[in-house]
Amino acid sequence: MPLLNVQDLSVGFHTRHGVVRAVNHVSFSLEPGDSLGIVGESGSGKSVTCLSLLGLLPMPPARIESGAAAFDGQDLLRLPAAKLRGILGRDIAMIFQDPMTSLNPYLRIATQLTEPLLVHKGLSRAAAFKQAAAALGGVGIADPEARLNQYPHEFSGGMRQRVMIAMATITRPRLLIADEPTTALDVTVQAQILELIKTLRREHGTAVIFITHNLAVINGIADRVMVMYAGQAVETAPVPAIFHQPLHPYTAALLRSVPSAHKPGEPLQSILGTPPDPLRLPPGCPFTPRCPFAQEPCSLATTAELELGPVPSPAPDRRLTACIRVKKEGADVLRPA
Amino acid sequence: MSTPDTDELEKGTSLGHDAWLRLRKNRLAVAGGLLLVAIALLCLIGPALSPYGYEADNLQLGAAPPSLSHWMGTDYNGRDLFTRVMVGGRVSFAVGLAATAVSLLIGVLYGAIAGYLGGRTDMLLMRIVDILYALPFTIFVILLLTLFGRNFVLLFVAIGAVEWLTMARIVRGQVMGLKKQEFVEACVAIGMSRRRIILRHLVPNTLGPVVVYVTLTVPSVMLLEAFLSFLGLGVQPPMSSWGILIGDGARAMEVNPWLLVFPGLLFSLTLFALNALGDGLRDALDVRGAKD
Amino acid sequence: MLKFILRRLFFEALPTLFVIATLTFFMVRLAPGGPFSREKQVSAEVQRRLDAYYGLDKPLVVQYGRYLANVARGDLGPSFKHATESVNSLIARAFPVSLELGLWALLFAIVTGIGAGIVASLRPNTWTDAGPMTLAMAGICLPSFVLGPLLLLLFGLTLGWVNVAGWNTAGDRILPAITLGAGYAAYLARLTRAGMRDILSQDFIRTARAKGLSPTRVILVHALKGGLLPSVSFLGPAVAGLITGTFVVESIFQIPGLGQIIVNAAFNRDYFLILGAVVFIGFVMIVMNLLVDVAQALMNPRLRLGE
Repeated sequence: MPLLNVQDLSVGFHTRHGVVRAVNHVSFSLEPGDSLGIVGESGSGKSVTCLSLLGLLPMPPARIESGAAAFDGQDLLRLPAAKLRGILGRDIAMIFQDPMTSLNPYLRIATQLTEPLLVHKGLSRAAAFKQAAAALGGVGIADPEARLNQYPHEFSGGMRQRVMIAMATITRPRLLIADEPTTALDVTVQAQILELIKTLRREHGTAVIFITHNLAVINGIADRVMVMYAGQAVETAPVPAIFHQPLHPYTAALLRSVPSAHKPGEPLQSILGTPPDPLRLPPGCPFTPRCPFAQEPCSLATTAELELGPVPSPAPDRRLTACIRVKKEGADVLRPA
Repeated sequence: MSTPDTDELEKGTSLGHDAWLRLRKNRLAVAGGLLLVAIALLCLIGPALSPYGYEADNLQLGAAPPSLSHWMGTDYNGRDLFTRVMVGGRVSFAVGLAATAVSLLIGVLYGAIAGYLGGRTDMLLMRIVDILYALPFTIFVILLLTLFGRNFVLLFVAIGAVEWLTMARIVRGQVMGLKKQEFVEACVAIGMSRRRIILRHLVPNTLGPVVVYVTLTVPSVMLLEAFLSFLGLGVQPPMSSWGILIGDGARAMEVNPWLLVFPGLLFSLTLFALNALGDGLRDALDVRGAKD
Repeated sequence: MLKFILRRLFFEALPTLFVIATLTFFMVRLAPGGPFSREKQVSAEVQRRLDAYYGLDKPLVVQYGRYLANVARGDLGPSFKHATESVNSLIARAFPVSLELGLWALLFAIVTGIGAGIVASLRPNTWTDAGPMTLAMAGICLPSFVLGPLLLLLFGLTLGWVNVAGWNTAGDRILPAITLGAGYAAYLARLTRAGMRDILSQDFIRTARAKGLSPTRVILVHALKGGLLPSVSFLGPAVAGLITGTFVVESIFQIPGLGQIIVNAAFNRDYFLILGAVVFIGFVMIVMNLLVDVAQALMNPRLRLGE
């Protein structure tokens, strides 16, 4: 049984100018200990997808239009608030993008780090403090007992992200959602943080959802990857396979624009055009206006046709794409003429 | 060649126009503005239209409750309260505007000098402001007025002296910030004259916070005037102001409560109008740090 | 922290107190009229001996120096009007009354103001927001000298629930405290709402909710400390205002506090009493401001490290 099974999730933001469809009929699942990367540019709906599962979106304006998210057999989207709070911070934990603003500047590290233990595990203050010190040491912070009595502003950005990770993993959650945890950090620190998440995952067997806009980061941290564009999942595949042969024009374009992922000898390319206005999504496949392979049926495709589906030859295992041409005519469609 | 289209575009992007649009959307601020205009007009032209003089007594009538001929009733001497409130309003507004002008003059000059010169001079000037800030000014004003006599000019000076401190701080902060802005350097780099830099670029940019603070200073000055007049230290009879009328009303309320209620109501409505407008302006011009 | 307090004391509190004493001294002495000129005519001989007794015959600068030396020792001098009493004992009698009034008003302002501000911040743009904020606007627009008489009119004269004047029973404290505190309650409500809205939209609040904390815990532990900071910094001037603002409330409700003493002393040219009362109020204000600064530093760790 999958640890998390999200089916047909749709989220809309109801603004004065109309409804922004931030997430459109997205489905994915995750086995215990598995690791899924969600990739997409900003505004593609990857963060909203995860925040909506945890009930962390401001509602209104956000509204969950459809879908179900079974975690351990319980539907997170329909759970009473108190029950959901029992799961958050205990079985599911989250790390956010900006470590400079995600820690409470008014509270000592100890207060924030022991909080999950006090609230969810009913530990005594002394025991929680001891465990917090161990956790801080575990994420590579020297002299943890003294550091616990400090405030966030006494830590550097990378150190704060380590604290965030320690805080998220201190209850040994079964699912860790990391929302662009390295984006705000220096490149050298990024690698350390990625290494840390990998190590923790290996040691505790935690399932991880890793959100990023950078395909290159996915390599090594995720087993599978889901690519999102304009609120829709456009392709999922095992990580090595997607680098070898993308099966959606958007993924292909994305790969050609990433320095470390593109094939040597080929020129780097940017994706022509701009992402669609979320208030006025184009009909059919949202990538049609920018897609070099688009044909007439693409702008006529129905929502059902655009859901992830299996790929015919050379159908490698567990590969799904939303491109109706690939689904109908096979992977060779994406060969440049 | 300019088409109507580009004209409109240019208008739409000007800062003042943007602020005006935002202000118009703020219903509370609009209501405050309209109310303020209504009250000011009433005080300005009302007494001329009233059949009663504000000093004209009618001892036979004495203190009468509100009626068709005297909308707000009459006081102990049979004087029409409505007329007296309107005339008192003139004085209150006059004190409010004049004392604000005093504080504006001192504050802008002081703040601009401190901000422009910077360095040691700035430190010394702002240190003085800090110390003055910590003084119990209300008490000084009361002492000044009791010791040196209740003098109209002294009242302006005293109130203006209290209120310029914040203005000086705001203007100094603005000037300091603007000096460092790249667009000022850019102006210097393209050889623009100093006069033009100050008039076209610096002044318009300090204007927003100053305008907001002025709208918020006027009510606090009017409050101080009314407070002093209430204690018998401000405006002196036979001149009348809202503070005096409220004070008289408070002393007479056991028998003639309307003498307290109407001046109090009009004064509170004016404070509301000014505060609502000031808050709205602050939001519209996106000014931070100007009072609360 | 001790260094911080000492520095504030020596570089801000003492100079301020000095400026207050100096300004008041010369203002009082340069004003026309003297303590004995209004009274029944005294002979030149008596006048001379009175002046000699109080040291008024010495040059002004000498008097000034002597006065400062006495103040530094905590002796505020004799009163001219109340011949048998020292300024110290007059203040000691009146100040507790003003202090009590101020504290009740402060309590009222903090409880209703901060409470209303927090309630309003939790559900913005609903009636639980609009209601308290409308009341706050009314509180700002109703000055104490309008509100006080109106409250008296309603509860004292019309309903007869409380006494119209005096400072004897517990009930006598209610209306003056509300009158004095209402405006501050209104400001606190607005500051608290703004501060809490600001904090509640921060990333670290989302972090706290992601930890599965209850809304109560998120507000009490994570939001309140930062959200109340603007209100706490307002408390310094507020306390100062509560002390000096007792003038009006004391005169409306006929309460024998410090405000009454200062006004009467000024009318009587009671030099040492005016000086003493003003210096004393200045001292209280400085102490309160210092306390507020310390409270702020305790609440905001970033401030503490910087200074």
